[in-house]
Amino acid sequence: MEDRIVLTNVVQRFGEKEVLKDVTLRVKAGEIFGLLGPSGAGKTTIIKIMTGQLRPTGGSAVTNGVPAAGLTGKMYRRIGMMMDEPGLYGRLSCYDNLKLFARLYAVPGRRIREVLEKVDLSEAAGRPVEKLSKGMKGRLALARAVMNEPDILFLDEPTSGLDPAATRQIHELILEEQAKGTTIFLTTHNMAEAEKLCHNIALLHEGSILEYGGPNEICRKYNHKKQIQIRLYDGRHLEACCGKDMGCGRETAEMIKKYLEQGLIETIHSTEPNLESVFMELTGRQLV
Amino acid sequence: MRNIGAIFLKQAKDTMKNKTILIQFFMFPLLAVVMENFMTIEGMEEHFFVRMFSAMYVGMAPLVSMSAVLAEEKETCTLKMLLMSDVKPFEYLLGTGSCIWLACMTGSCVLGLVGEYEGSVFFSFLLVMALGTAASLLVGAAVGTWSRNQMAAASLSVPLMLVFSFLPMLSMFNETIGRIARIVYSEQISILINGLGQQAAEPGNIAIVLLNIAAAFGCFVFVYRRCGLD
Repeated sequence: MEDRIVLTNVVQRFGEKEVLKDVTLRVKAGEIFGLLGPSGAGKTTIIKIMTGQLRPTGGSAVTNGVPAAGLTGKMYRRIGMMMDEPGLYGRLSCYDNLKLFARLYAVPGRRIREVLEKVDLSEAAGRPVEKLSKGMKGRLALARAVMNEPDILFLDEPTSGLDPAATRQIHELILEEQAKGTTIFLTTHNMAEAEKLCHNIALLHEGSILEYGGPNEICRKYNHKKQIQIRLYDGRHLEACCGKDMGCGRETAEMIKKYLEQGLIETIHSTEPNLESVFMELTGRQLV
Repeated sequence: MRNIGAIFLKQAKDTMKNKTILIQFFMFPLLAVVMENFMTIEGMEEHFFVRMFSAMYVGMAPLVSMSAVLAEEKETCTLKMLLMSDVKPFEYLLGTGSCIWLACMTGSCVLGLVGEYEGSVFFSFLLVMALGTAASLLVGAAVGTWSRNQMAAASLSVPLMLVFSFLPMLSMFNETIGRIARIVYSEQISILINGLGQQAAEPGNIAIVLLNIAAAFGCFVFVYRRCGLD
């Protein structure tokens, strides 16, 4: 599959401060890519570079086959964006906000109703944006981003500060767009979100990429304990070593077999770390 | 052209819902209606208030509204979204500027009617107001481009607006101010309006207004190159 976004050795300095240090990553067509990192890690700076809003101090950024710094008006029509600030006209209604962009993108008027329905805002179409909740504004911003059916969708912390219901709705929309073949690049500091949505992720800390790959692959890589947790019906919790290279596989297998035969096992879980634990291990701090 | 039209329509809708901007367009025409109908001072020239308020209107309404609209769009990131949707900066400025210009010209029509200008004098009045509005719009665009947010824009546009709109009035009371004010477009607009129907416009007065427009445009280009629109 072709690469939709390629960053090669990107460096970004603001004065003396180096915000991005030698960042390299690739996003394939049709995948959902997540950039995870705490606030101030450089996530928004990377989006700004990819969308041509910022020219990197060093290295190169290619978006949709074009150097990002040279993206022109026509090329922007193939890109959808939902930035940290929704960029909506507060006094105008949801419908009027979308109508403006429908005119700019020269998409037919019926598309407005389609996207409003998609983000479940049909009933609020005539309501001024300043009267909407944060979750509704987020959905409206997403509706605008997908209105022109872009090849790439950039989502900067799309669910930040939203309640679980609104978050779930945004997740469903993201997955719907991906199913249509849209490449999605999202930033988040929500590991559960990344694990649920992303095919590949990068862990960003202080401008450097610490890890890069599939979420499960990264978690497996940092599964040093290689243990399983067993909970028995009598309330006991057992931890058993299961690493092939630790030489304890046979003992564990016999133990499980014994408890299974006795019908005592309530649950069995592997103890591989989640992305939060991996980030903690790599940086000594939490992701949020 | 499609983009300019889309921005124009958006601005028209937004202006109708933005009371703080809307009041700029109505305040002086409304004041003129009230003062002309209910205030009579002995020895006062005919339509004194219309002539005074017209010059003030030109110095205030376009400048304050253009700078406020631009600064608000910057602050709320809507301008960034427009520029990243294939809208060129000049398209944005033309769409927004033409909407504000048209709103000001509507106010000017009211002032012209209250001033009882008729026929060619009425059109001359509108032409003078159109020139003054263009100069103020460019100053407002420069202020809005320079400012990062609405507060910064207000702190710059309010003193400028006070200078441009009150100079014609102050120059009536002080000769030194009057001499200095002659190089400012709002004073020239005041002179041109005062002479309407009585004497032909002096080319010198119009030349100063045009020079002011050129200077305001130069100022805007300088600020735009320095700060850009986003």
